[in-house]
Amino acid sequence: MKTPITLKINGEEHSFEVEPRTLLVHLIREQANMTGTHIGCDTSSCGACTLLIDGKSAKSCTILAVQANGKEITTVEGLATAEGVHPIQEGFKENHGLHCGFCTPGMMLRAIELLEKNPDPTEEEIRWGISGNLCRCTGYNNIVKAIQYAGAKMRGDELPSTEPVFVE
Amino acid sequence: MIPSSFSYTAPSTLDEALKVLNELGDEAKILAGGHSLIPMMKLRFAEPEHLVDLNNIPGLSYINIEDGTLNIGAMTRESEMEESGDVQQHFPIFLDAAKLIADPQVRNFGTIGGNIAHGDAANDHPAVMIALGAEVEITGTGGKRTVGIDDFFYGFYATAVEDGEILTEIRVPVPSGKFGNAYHKTERKVGDYATGGVAVQIELDDSGTCTRAGIGLTNVNPTPLRATRSEEALVGTKVTAAEIEAAGQMAAEDCNPSDDLRGDADYKRRVIKALTKRMITKALERANS
Repeated sequence: MKTPITLKINGEEHSFEVEPRTLLVHLIREQANMTGTHIGCDTSSCGACTLLIDGKSAKSCTILAVQANGKEITTVEGLATAEGVHPIQEGFKENHGLHCGFCTPGMMLRAIELLEKNPDPTEEEIRWGISGNLCRCTGYNNIVKAIQYAGAKMRGDELPSTEPVFVE
Repeated sequence: MIPSSFSYTAPSTLDEALKVLNELGDEAKILAGGHSLIPMMKLRFAEPEHLVDLNNIPGLSYINIEDGTLNIGAMTRESEMEESGDVQQHFPIFLDAAKLIADPQVRNFGTIGGNIAHGDAANDHPAVMIALGAEVEITGTGGKRTVGIDDFFYGFYATAVEDGEILTEIRVPVPSGKFGNAYHKTERKVGDYATGGVAVQIELDDSGTCTRAGIGLTNVNPTPLRATRSEEALVGTKVTAAEIEAAGQMAAEDCNPSDDLRGDADYKRRVIKALTKRMITKALERANS
């Protein structure tokens, strides 16, 4: 039996009919047709399906669509505005924070909540903060730099250098 | 992976939830944070016919200290535990544990009540609650009852919460004298279950003599385990290196780990010994600081 639900995705109201067993990530990808939220491991380990529910980062492969009824969802499609890309997107671009890009939407949404709670995190705090998001190509150094860059931009501080660091 | 079909109810009051649970009996499962249950449903290890979602019931999420007791609402999220001033001040053990429970996204949804009511010896809060000497409030249609943590875990996924009942609150006594607590587990990677974990609370009188010790072990027994002999080895002493060594040795001897992909039983006993010694030392440092 299908259940009617209504949720706000990236500021827009959407109504759907879902089976209770439908996972939120499937609703977003297949019924809302927003495929920026990825399915990686499908076991809540990798973080590729991370989105924001009422501002809290969540792994949408482990949440039922019916649980999101009445909530506000933010996906990667909602980050850029008419004025341009979000600081976190700029950070990833400027610091080569992505390679294949598969983990990137989840990384960025997780980083947004992290920076909201802790606007000026240390490197260690960033590494613990993204411990639920796996990257299998770039490695984490440039992702950490991308988040530091976004933090500085959101605080209005001077932007850190985006020159690559070569390790001897 | 998609769970098999089930019907879903999200009641808005506790009474309504209890009524539904009583009607459905053992065909229903309670959905709290869902981060243990939904993965099991996706793997078809669990196939409940009905899910009763507690997330729309107000008043089940709180942390406060009243009359010498830390009261934690069962639907309190792990992330809320991390951010609570009362927890940070008196019970850093929860911060130790939170850092090691899955990852930030999971902690945004996983609840402390669910972690305990799931009845899995691999979860972290059961051992922590054993160390702290907690009690659990269970609500049914007939009212509330209180169960001590030592009478709560019956077996694998089996607890004192019966069909038609809901775990509603966890109560942790705040000792009146000096006390310190600590938790650590070894895990292969973020989000994995513990190879072994140890939770310790040490309570001291003014002369530095141990008046109570609580030691709980994670994932080295079919149920969460109290290291009773280790506790007794510390009480009445000044908790010197000799007693700490003895308590660690006893915890290693008294646990019942199984061989699995995280290591063989002998290795896990060594992990438990090392962690028991370290956590007693850390709890002691915190008690004295």
